[in-house]
Amino acid sequence: MVAGIAPNGAEASADAPPKVVVQNLTIRYGSHVALHGLDLSVRRNEILGIIGPAGSGKTSFLRALNRMDEFIPEMEVEGRITFDGRDIRRVRNVYALRSRIGVVFPLPVGLPLTVYENVALAPRLRGVRKGSELDEIVERCLRRAALWEEVKDRLDSLGSLLSGGQQQRLTIARALSQEPDLLLLDEFSIAVDPVTTMRIEDVLKELKHEMSIVLVTNLVQQARRLADRTAFFLTGEHVETSDTARIFSGIVKDPRTHDYIEGRFG
Amino acid sequence: MTTAPMELFAGTPRNARDHRVEWLVRTLLGMMTALLIVPVVIVLALLVVRGGSAISWEFLTTPPVDGMTAGGILPALVGTVWLVAVALVASVPVGVAAAVYLSEYAPDNWLTRSINLAIINLAGVPSIVHALFGVGAFVLFFRFGTSILAASLTLAVMTLPVVIVSTRESLQAVPRAFREACWNMGATRWQTIRRIVLPNAVSGILTGIILEVSRTSGETAPIMFTGAAFFLPFLPQGVLDQTMAMSLHLFVIATQVPDAPDALPFGVALVLISMVLAMNALSIGFRIYVRGRKKW
Repeated sequence: MVAGIAPNGAEASADAPPKVVVQNLTIRYGSHVALHGLDLSVRRNEILGIIGPAGSGKTSFLRALNRMDEFIPEMEVEGRITFDGRDIRRVRNVYALRSRIGVVFPLPVGLPLTVYENVALAPRLRGVRKGSELDEIVERCLRRAALWEEVKDRLDSLGSLLSGGQQQRLTIARALSQEPDLLLLDEFSIAVDPVTTMRIEDVLKELKHEMSIVLVTNLVQQARRLADRTAFFLTGEHVETSDTARIFSGIVKDPRTHDYIEGRFG
Repeated sequence: MTTAPMELFAGTPRNARDHRVEWLVRTLLGMMTALLIVPVVIVLALLVVRGGSAISWEFLTTPPVDGMTAGGILPALVGTVWLVAVALVASVPVGVAAAVYLSEYAPDNWLTRSINLAIINLAGVPSIVHALFGVGAFVLFFRFGTSILAASLTLAVMTLPVVIVSTRESLQAVPRAFREACWNMGATRWQTIRRIVLPNAVSGILTGIILEVSRTSGETAPIMFTGAAFFLPFLPQGVLDQTMAMSLHLFVIATQVPDAPDALPFGVALVLISMVLAMNALSIGFRIYVRGRKKW
């Protein structure tokens, strides 16, 4: 399988076996097909951008990676997804799988806990007890999510009292506190102001040295700025995936990709 | 269709009619609300006026004497506390556990739905039917005899649906997004329940339990065949003793003791309703406290 992935010149380590391999993935909600026959892989230490208009199956794809279909009514997943070479359907310990995958959704979900406890929760769940160790993790994750300076004096206030943009960064800090190897971001910047978005984008560029990142975004330019490769989904169909630089310089396999990037539909 | 220049925001006949209807609806609804308060106020006023003279420290701390026409209500008061306490010990753990299971674990299928339906129906079973069940099951089959244990278990069975429903509602009030966020981090169901769901539902659960207490303390039918005595001058020493109870005592002196002074039944009723109202006040206090520290 290793040789099957040709190096594409991106800084992602294309030689190593991919982090995630998706084969023939079909996702249904009842009779509605959200994603059809997807083949895609996520490489190690890359940012994979996923673009496409609403209803194209981007979010469903992220859900399937974390086996969220188990608690979403009606969601059915077919096909094969491997994570580090292991079929995630066959992973008995789904909790261990999910703990290695950080997820950030469009609207922040601040757990009804203090700022500190929001970020300390995942470490506590995996058994970190020592106060100094937790302090260190909390500070590191908050710094990386570009939130530390704003909340360092109010770690004991409720996370839900933060502003929307701060809450979203808190959610990102919480995802990072899992120490994931795969970070799934679903339109993370919807509730975040442009300046903060840029700061988070800088953080993501750093983070990809430690993990793989899948970035679902409505902002085509965000994919252009961040993604090593970009995938284009359209109404449940995976149109194409290619190096971001190629796609944005007009070298596309399918004219619809070009039309979307140019803003002609969607 | 009028073409004449109209004054800005001028009222049309239609507006005037809307205003009248608005006033009418508002007044009508307000009057219904006022009507709701009237019986409560009348009952309380009547009890205070006619029973207030019976209340004294001695009334609360001595047993009845002279064929229950004089003396106090201590054995009934203590008995009611016993009955309610034992009923709580039996019903709260079972009810809360069942509610957590139904809310957090049970899959949404026909079995769960039938169980939920059964619980709601159980809440509608008349208390006298529960009483007969209590006689059959606890007094006779389990051989507890007529005792606090049998009476409290009957009360527990009767209030179990209330505990389950109120607990489940408190759990469901915690947004699902919190659970999903937790599961997505790799938390198990129980970790999610323990760290996120229960801490945010516990005050609501307590409120439900307090309301159960207030309801249980006034019940008469379920205990009169299973453990409550007509007259016992002694305090119960254990759960296998019979006991007097406030609710039955009120029934007895109001209907079976013709020589009782007029103020006596009103005094007993006043004490009983004060117990219930105190419990309700506690539960309202909890609600206010919960609202004050709502975390989302």
